[in-house]
Amino acid sequence: MSAEQVKSQYPAEYGKVEALLPGQSVSWLNVLRKQALASFSSQGFPSLREEEWRYTNVSAIEKKLFSPVVLAEIGAVDTDWLNTYRLENTCSVVLVDGHFSETLSDLDGLSESVRVLDMAGALEQYPEDLEQYFGQAVSHEEHSFVAFNAAWFTDGLFIHVPAKEILSKPVQVIHVVTQADYMSNTRHIIVIDDMAQAEVIETFIGCDESYLSAAVTEVFIGKNADLTLYKLQLEGEKAYHFGGTYVKQDADSRFKHHNFAFGGLLARNDIRTDLGLASECELNGLYLGIKRQHIDNHTRINHLKPHAISRELYKGVLDQRARGVFQGRVVVAEDAQKTSSEMNNRNLLLSNDAEADTKPQLEIYADDVKCAHGVTVGQLDEKSIFYLQSRCVDEETARNMLTFAFANEMVEKIKIKDLHDQILEQLLVRFPQEGIEQEWL
Amino acid sequence: MLSIKNLHVSVGDKPILKGVNLEINAGEVHAIMGPNGAGKSTLSHVLSGKSGYTVTEGTVTYKGKDLLDMAPEIRAREGVFLAFQYPVEIPGVSNIYLLKAALNAMRTHQGLPEVDAFDFLTLVKGKVKLLEMDEKFLYRSVNEGFSGGEKKRNEILQAAILEPSMCILDETDSGLDIDALKVVAAGVNSLRAADRSFLMITHYQRLLDYIKPDIVHVLADGRIVKSGGPELALELEAKGYSWVEEQVA
Repeated sequence: MSAEQVKSQYPAEYGKVEALLPGQSVSWLNVLRKQALASFSSQGFPSLREEEWRYTNVSAIEKKLFSPVVLAEIGAVDTDWLNTYRLENTCSVVLVDGHFSETLSDLDGLSESVRVLDMAGALEQYPEDLEQYFGQAVSHEEHSFVAFNAAWFTDGLFIHVPAKEILSKPVQVIHVVTQADYMSNTRHIIVIDDMAQAEVIETFIGCDESYLSAAVTEVFIGKNADLTLYKLQLEGEKAYHFGGTYVKQDADSRFKHHNFAFGGLLARNDIRTDLGLASECELNGLYLGIKRQHIDNHTRINHLKPHAISRELYKGVLDQRARGVFQGRVVVAEDAQKTSSEMNNRNLLLSNDAEADTKPQLEIYADDVKCAHGVTVGQLDEKSIFYLQSRCVDEETARNMLTFAFANEMVEKIKIKDLHDQILEQLLVRFPQEGIEQEWL
Repeated sequence: MLSIKNLHVSVGDKPILKGVNLEINAGEVHAIMGPNGAGKSTLSHVLSGKSGYTVTEGTVTYKGKDLLDMAPEIRAREGVFLAFQYPVEIPGVSNIYLLKAALNAMRTHQGLPEVDAFDFLTLVKGKVKLLEMDEKFLYRSVNEGFSGGEKKRNEILQAAILEPSMCILDETDSGLDIDALKVVAAGVNSLRAADRSFLMITHYQRLLDYIKPDIVHVLADGRIVKSGGPELALELEAKGYSWVEEQVA
């Protein structure tokens, strides 16, 4: 199937569900969807010729032609299985095949003033509020996945924490895809008003068949407000995943992102934040690739105003025939004096067939800034292996200990115990090596 | 305990050790001194099994077994311990875990049951006191962010727990101030026993003021060129290594 055909085939599929998409009565959204569809129709999915996509070939998504899922078609969910991913002491929102499931969600215990509801419902109840935010952190012109998402999203989540409110417990959003060839396409808006504070966990899971899961999240963090966002991408091993998180940070705000990418056959993450005056962001990532997995992380930090601080550390463990991509870009605007920025990407290659492509970029237009970046792609340190051997540890165990320790640094940053333990468990399950033990910590 | 006969070792094509002979009996403390580049560290590395060295000639027998035939971890489990000149930092692996893993690997190798968690903690805490270390070091990553002195103490702590038969101390005094040196030396001295031998590799005589050797050897250009009692070290300190090299030449 050629790219030309794709441009015609996906929009044809769109025609089948168009009338069932949420927000039909919302005129600004109808306009936006049409623009996004036109944009996608003319471009198709990104190609390797585009600089931002040169390491990641998404042509398989074109070939597969995943189907959008209307509410009536959503699959059954094995609740026992689902509950193994549900975290304790959180509010949970479950999206099945791209649609909010009221029966599977649990929103008890939130303060009255906090709004956490499905996007379809929010578009009915608060269309004017949403208009202020929708498409403001990311335009559908960003790239065609975002256009695709804007045109086709079936549901999502709207979180609004009003000024000075502290979310009493984290909100966990669980995305589930139940069937082969299904497409989940969701859109989320998170608004944290001035001096408010929240933690949100995005979990992605699905069946063992081939499917597409796409989610775009726009985040608005007010003055001196605080958001920690966790992403746990545990898609099925034949799945395609696209996730985009686009953040706007007002003055003195704090944003922390912890991105764990373990699942999927092909997964792409875009994270972008625009930093306001004296704001701070911390981007942490861990990707673990085995078999033929391809995991791509794209980050962009825009220092727009003075005195902001950004810290970024992405680590990759790549084994067997897996490929990891990291493209990190930090842009310091002319006005952003006294910027402090550090970006690091460390890759551990465990097999000769594994590959890491890494490209850190610094673009600095201000003259009084402190910016650093570092990249490593390598194997385990032989000196460390010998040291452990000289302490009675056999070579294979020594290698496993060092690999695990390398990855675990990112897990240790997670302070929500239940989430920390779940990530650790997922990491241990996924390591292809035998005999990696939690006890090593 | 340890018998080194006519040991020749090369790195790549370059011969480093050119026929080392050394007999260490149980309970003895030997010191090997020598100028930079004499092959001191090569000797400690070859004995502990580090890769990158080729033994071209000679034998090393430990307790009647061929030491060179054993993997590094087997040598360690058999009771050969190397205290590193530059202990490696291992972020993410806790010190106490490594101590326990090492001890249990050694005990399993010797056909003993794994140590009980409570007994282990009691044992470790006792040794930590002996080395005047803070218990919090146990729960930190191996050597990560430790000062030079703390790293060397940690090496001796590992030895104190593993109770090896043959301890090789590679430049243990390097990077230590006098107070740290005294503590480390006291730790080593407390390990001295009739069934335990030591091979101390050092550039300076200073360490030998605190850990008294039975025999001092001078290693120069890949061979032991002179052996004697502790007084040899003092003579070296006074006259310099050129004195020995001239005598040999």
